[in-house]
Amino acid sequence: MESGTQNKTNKIQNVSPSGAGASKYWWKILAVILLLYTIIKGFLGPVPAQPILHESIRNLYFHVPMWFSMMVILFVSVWHSIKYLSKSTIESDIVATQAAHTGMLLGALGLITGSIWAKYTWGAWWVADTKLNGAAITMLIYLAYFVLRGSIDEEQKRARIAAVYNIFAYVMLIVFLMILPRMSDSLHPGNGGNPGFNKYDLDSNMRTVFYPAVLGWILLATWIFTLRVRLEKLKRKTLLND
Amino acid sequence: MLLQQVKYLIAKEVKLEMRNKYALGGILLYVVSTVFVSYLSFKQIINPATWNALFWIILLFASINGVAKSFINETKGRLLYLYTLVSPQAVILSKIAYNLVLLSVISALCLFVYTLFVGNIIQDLPLFLTTLLLGSFGFSSLLTMVSAIASKTSNNFTLMAILSFPIMMPLLMVLIKLSKNAIDGLDLWDTNSLLILVFLNVIIITLSYLLFRYLWRD
Repeated sequence: MESGTQNKTNKIQNVSPSGAGASKYWWKILAVILLLYTIIKGFLGPVPAQPILHESIRNLYFHVPMWFSMMVILFVSVWHSIKYLSKSTIESDIVATQAAHTGMLLGALGLITGSIWAKYTWGAWWVADTKLNGAAITMLIYLAYFVLRGSIDEEQKRARIAAVYNIFAYVMLIVFLMILPRMSDSLHPGNGGNPGFNKYDLDSNMRTVFYPAVLGWILLATWIFTLRVRLEKLKRKTLLND
Repeated sequence: MLLQQVKYLIAKEVKLEMRNKYALGGILLYVVSTVFVSYLSFKQIINPATWNALFWIILLFASINGVAKSFINETKGRLLYLYTLVSPQAVILSKIAYNLVLLSVISALCLFVYTLFVGNIIQDLPLFLTTLLLGSFGFSSLLTMVSAIASKTSNNFTLMAILSFPIMMPLLMVLIKLSKNAIDGLDLWDTNSLLILVFLNVIIITLSYLLFRYLWRD
């Protein structure tokens, strides 16, 4: 059903140079299949019984892939900002912005799922933890990026300055995410003496759901992101025609 | 060529600063009054963590105020004139160098007034001073770049703060950790953190050097 409507819009959109042709929507079908599999197998499949985690361990299929896909999408954003600085095509700017927006959506979902998980395992909605700080900083950086965009009216200038900030902030963010775990302990698995999931929790049964889930969420994020890009382009087009 | 230009531009900055001294006086007074306000509200701070955090917060705000004007006060005409004469790299490097001097003065004054009023609990002064110097270096390069970005917008002082705070966090956390070590007087110098600090400075300067030429042309 979904792929059918997608097909039609793809054909209409095919006139515009948005990249993928009509025959290249197989990954959207793959995304739906993978996510259906994730949801069904994730909620019904067997999981190891762990003392504090209990059934909440299933959140692994939803919480962790959010951060993976956010980092992928934010990388796309920064890549297009670099492209904008070298080529100055407004399309790169649209892509960079919409990728950042999608990244924020994923970040918000990651924070919500993580917050709920934290409440039931660590006992609080928000705890002092390096990874949570990293997530908060990421959100702050990209919210600042949107405010920066909002405060410049001229289109070319906005695109250029936002691109510079995007690159600058992304590099600092990566450095931050690399440095931070070395500075203090974390409650997250695999940090500060906590055993990683792969040690005993993530048994081969969970792996068969976790890896497809990661791929599925990344594909869904890409899908949302391409839709946003196309919507933005259409908006600009109608704006120009008016 | 580049060095020559940087030298002239730094001389220009110093000359301009000396011409209206009240701007420099204002920022130094800002530091003193902020420290005095915190002295009145805290009296004596014995807890090292609080002492350290308050010191860096005061210095952070003073630095933002000190550096913010470096691009925002430049008139369009002067920038255009510079643009015909020198390379963008020379402009950003000279501003960073000048702000480094400015921030070193601010942080030295801040340390002096702070220890005078709030009390001196630093046990390893050389390490603290090294941290302070590296911190001024990082602050100056990062804030100069952010001030260049913010100067292109309509509400630049608000933007200066919201753009710089999140990307300053890595720097600030390493600085706070190192200066805490200095206060506690742990005998070993944490070379790892010092290296991270130097590495951060190198990254920020490289990024400013590479990206500034896209910023200043209107």
